[in-house]
Amino acid sequence: MQERQIMNQEDVRRALTRVAHEILEHNRGAEDLVIVGIHTGGVHLARRIAASLREFEGIDVPVATLDVSLYRDDLGVRTQAQTKLQQTDIPSGIQGKSVVLVDDVLYTGRTIRAAMDALVDFGRPQQIQLAILLDRGHRELPIRADYVGQNLPTAIGERVKVRLLETDGRDEVALMLEGIHAEEETDVAE
Amino acid sequence: MSLSRTIDTPEIEEALAAGTTIRKHVLDLDDFSREEIHDVMNSARSMKEVLGRDIKKVPALRGKVVVTLFYEASTRTRISFEEAGKVLSADVINMSASGSSTEKGESLLNTGLTIQAMGVDTIVIRHPHSGAPYLLAQELDTVNIINAGDGLHAHPTQALLDIYTVQDRLGGLEGKKIVIVGDVLHSRVARSDIWGFAKMGAKVVLSGPTTLMPPDLLLASNSIIQSTIGSLVEFDSDLDQAIEGADVVMALRLQQERQNAGFLPSLREYIRRWQVTDERLSRANPGALVMHPGPMNEGIEISNSIAHGGNSVIEDQVTNGVAVRMALLYHVTTGPTQLD
Amino acid sequence: METESLVIRQARIIDPSRDLDQVGDILIGNGEILATGSLGSDSIPDGTRVIDGTGLVVAPGFIDLHCHLREPGFEYKETIAAGSRAGAKGGFTTLCAMPNTDPPIDNAAVVEFIQQKARQDSKVRILPIGCVTKGRKGYELSEMEELASAGVACFSDDGDPVFDANLMKLALTYSSDLGLAISNHCQDKSLSCNGVMAEGPVATHLGLDGIPAAAEEAMIARDIALAESTGGRLHVAHLSTAGSVPLVREAKDRGLSVTAEVCPHHLTVTDQWVLGGKGASASVAGSLAYDTSTKVYPPLRSLNDVEALIKGLADGVIDCIATDHAPHDLTSKQVTYQDAAFGISVLETALGSLMQLVHESKLSMVALVDRLTLGPAKILGESYKELATLQPGTTADIVIFDPEHEWTVDTSQFESKGKNTPLDGTKLKGRVVATIVGGTIVYDGPGLQFQAEKGRA
Repeated sequence: MQERQIMNQEDVRRALTRVAHEILEHNRGAEDLVIVGIHTGGVHLARRIAASLREFEGIDVPVATLDVSLYRDDLGVRTQAQTKLQQTDIPSGIQGKSVVLVDDVLYTGRTIRAAMDALVDFGRPQQIQLAILLDRGHRELPIRADYVGQNLPTAIGERVKVRLLETDGRDEVALMLEGIHAEEETDVAE
Repeated sequence: MSLSRTIDTPEIEEALAAGTTIRKHVLDLDDFSREEIHDVMNSARSMKEVLGRDIKKVPALRGKVVVTLFYEASTRTRISFEEAGKVLSADVINMSASGSSTEKGESLLNTGLTIQAMGVDTIVIRHPHSGAPYLLAQELDTVNIINAGDGLHAHPTQALLDIYTVQDRLGGLEGKKIVIVGDVLHSRVARSDIWGFAKMGAKVVLSGPTTLMPPDLLLASNSIIQSTIGSLVEFDSDLDQAIEGADVVMALRLQQERQNAGFLPSLREYIRRWQVTDERLSRANPGALVMHPGPMNEGIEISNSIAHGGNSVIEDQVTNGVAVRMALLYHVTTGPTQLD
Repeated sequence: METESLVIRQARIIDPSRDLDQVGDILIGNGEILATGSLGSDSIPDGTRVIDGTGLVVAPGFIDLHCHLREPGFEYKETIAAGSRAGAKGGFTTLCAMPNTDPPIDNAAVVEFIQQKARQDSKVRILPIGCVTKGRKGYELSEMEELASAGVACFSDDGDPVFDANLMKLALTYSSDLGLAISNHCQDKSLSCNGVMAEGPVATHLGLDGIPAAAEEAMIARDIALAESTGGRLHVAHLSTAGSVPLVREAKDRGLSVTAEVCPHHLTVTDQWVLGGKGASASVAGSLAYDTSTKVYPPLRSLNDVEALIKGLADGVIDCIATDHAPHDLTSKQVTYQDAAFGISVLETALGSLMQLVHESKLSMVALVDRLTLGPAKILGESYKELATLQPGTTADIVIFDPEHEWTVDTSQFESKGKNTPLDGTKLKGRVVATIVGGTIVYDGPGLQFQAEKGRA
């Protein structure tokens, strides 16, 4: 399987640092922020962003995790392996907070739709913003990201693989060049 | 007919090729691997989080129809499934044998076919005859079947919630000693628990009157047991001895009619030999869990103080039951459907 | 009876009544066997049809001491017509019909009804079995002499064993001058309780109530004691447990008039089949578990029992094989295991499944034929022995079968109305090619090759 590297470890680090700065700038600080990572990739990125915020501002921003499986619109055409549930944990609550949703790849927008539906079951946030490591286009819903690590024009059907230090031992974003028999992707439907 | 549904998307074929199980029915625990049980436990933990929310509702099964088809009286299991389905946004229809066409002599199979024709996605069935869920699974093409207790055979969802409860409290089952006391012969819960606990690596010790133990369960020549859970199950009629060092003590319901059928000389003698009491529990490990699948006969198989004492996790079992049933309904009902 | 002449050429002729097992010819005419051996062209009349018997076995037609033809009363499960066609297809030329009909065969009128029906509809000989007690209820003896005079083959209350020991004793005593055996279905129902399959690990795993071996053995022991004290003729129906074999052996050793039968399924199928895998060794219940076609009385038992029964049959302790053909309608089996009717439709698979024992060298071909012909005939009595021989001058009741023919059981092709068999879809080796009753071909199956008729070539 051939692949083309889109972002290396340094690229990922710089992108996330910039996103963290933009979040601070946009929200004029980190008060009343909650960072919500979408399982699986988004959770790791959310923790890194929170760490940057702590570094820049000295504030501990609450990090929450969200599994959107129960809100998906494609249940029934997914395999059991894909529908495995993970922990949703929103210790701080989101009532009246500014929520920054974090995910690795933005594609059709369906995951983000599911995530927003899930979030509002936990309360009424002041606003919901979206931070994304890679935006590959091809939206099927009227959703756009507020903070983007990198834009990458892709073809429908191409596959993007995000590898993260926490799960794969290195940070890297790659475009899979041929075939569809790729190793399990973290975000097949997104 | 197989436990797997017909599927034809490349994505799913790939997953199947990689060894992923796609479960259509929950008929017994005997075809669950340890890994699959772990998966159910993980999902149940997520479901328990949903149950802890202010708004206990997720849309996962929106537009799905679940029928609870109960041919035996039940309170907790039926309500537990109903709540599980409703929290997941399924439409849940309860049907019991009394007041239905069963009273007009309609056969189980025809009832099943009728329900299938109505487009129901999942049937949760309880039936006094062992194997009744298999009959539906074999004859119905499009409906998922979940066994909510069949005859003396199995009660897989109860066993899974019991595993969840022990795992939640003790961190795991591997190497734990679990004593099951009482009428194992007539208890489908015990039969499924034995299977599930041993499968998860616990040592299971059965105690109770020899007349109330299933024949051949522990026979060395029992290839069914030997090849799967083998030496992890033992029998010791002396409860005082069996309970020594136990991590979990589970008392089973003793139906009073067993005395009339000759299984027991008297309740008095049963209570003296096998009631779970404070004195007996003191021989178990400190902090040992006390469990009971309900409904309890307090004062017979379990003393009042134990039933409501600090070691009792009987109410946990009930709460966890909803989460485990949500997990199973979710997995079975959202699995890939045949795409035409 | 006016019948054509037939000669079967170059077949393996097995005739246990004469200890015969050799390749040769057999000539049939006028409903009788005219000659066997190596027949020259001169000894065969012109116009005789010639069957090529190469590779085939010719034997006396099989006699089934125990089957259920359901008529009168349960014609939706089986009829004498359909049952007799099934029997013919299975190589049986004589079927003894159990009296659990409605009304039961407890008086001469019912016997005559069945005989009349058989004359009209049946391809094979039908011998009704009379009830031991009125209405098979186990309280009063039936008019056994009237039944015997009407022509019953033996007496039995079938699935309702004579539970009252004293009544069984009286039945054995009363019938002792009638020359007919009492065939008892030995099952102590106070021990079998609500059991639906053999007690054992499979029953425990499936949560089905088990029937202990003792339920059978206790009543066999009782009946043997009663046979000893009365001098009556006891026939033990369908042995199923390893422990039953020595009971019968010991009774025979003591010279008692005790005989026994065993069914094809108890010689070839185990309780593992209830798990749904057609006998494949399994540690879990497959999705096809609780296969109600495996529900039969006596229940399918362990491999140990099966092996003991085969040995008992080979040793001659067990006198004969009887099918206990028990056809049922679909509805009686498309229910839970507990609700399903007991019984297997056996006639059409009997030979194929029994041949497995011959192919595996557990039973000789001659012994197999003996247990299907002379064995049952002896139990019926002296006058029936001529149905179990190929001796020239006797009635031409004959089966021709191909021991090597492999086929797959397909119940949709059954002649019997009962499609209830766990063997559906399984492969068998050994199949009936033709069945001849009184010189007439009543079943003409695949593999029957006619050559040019003699004299018209």
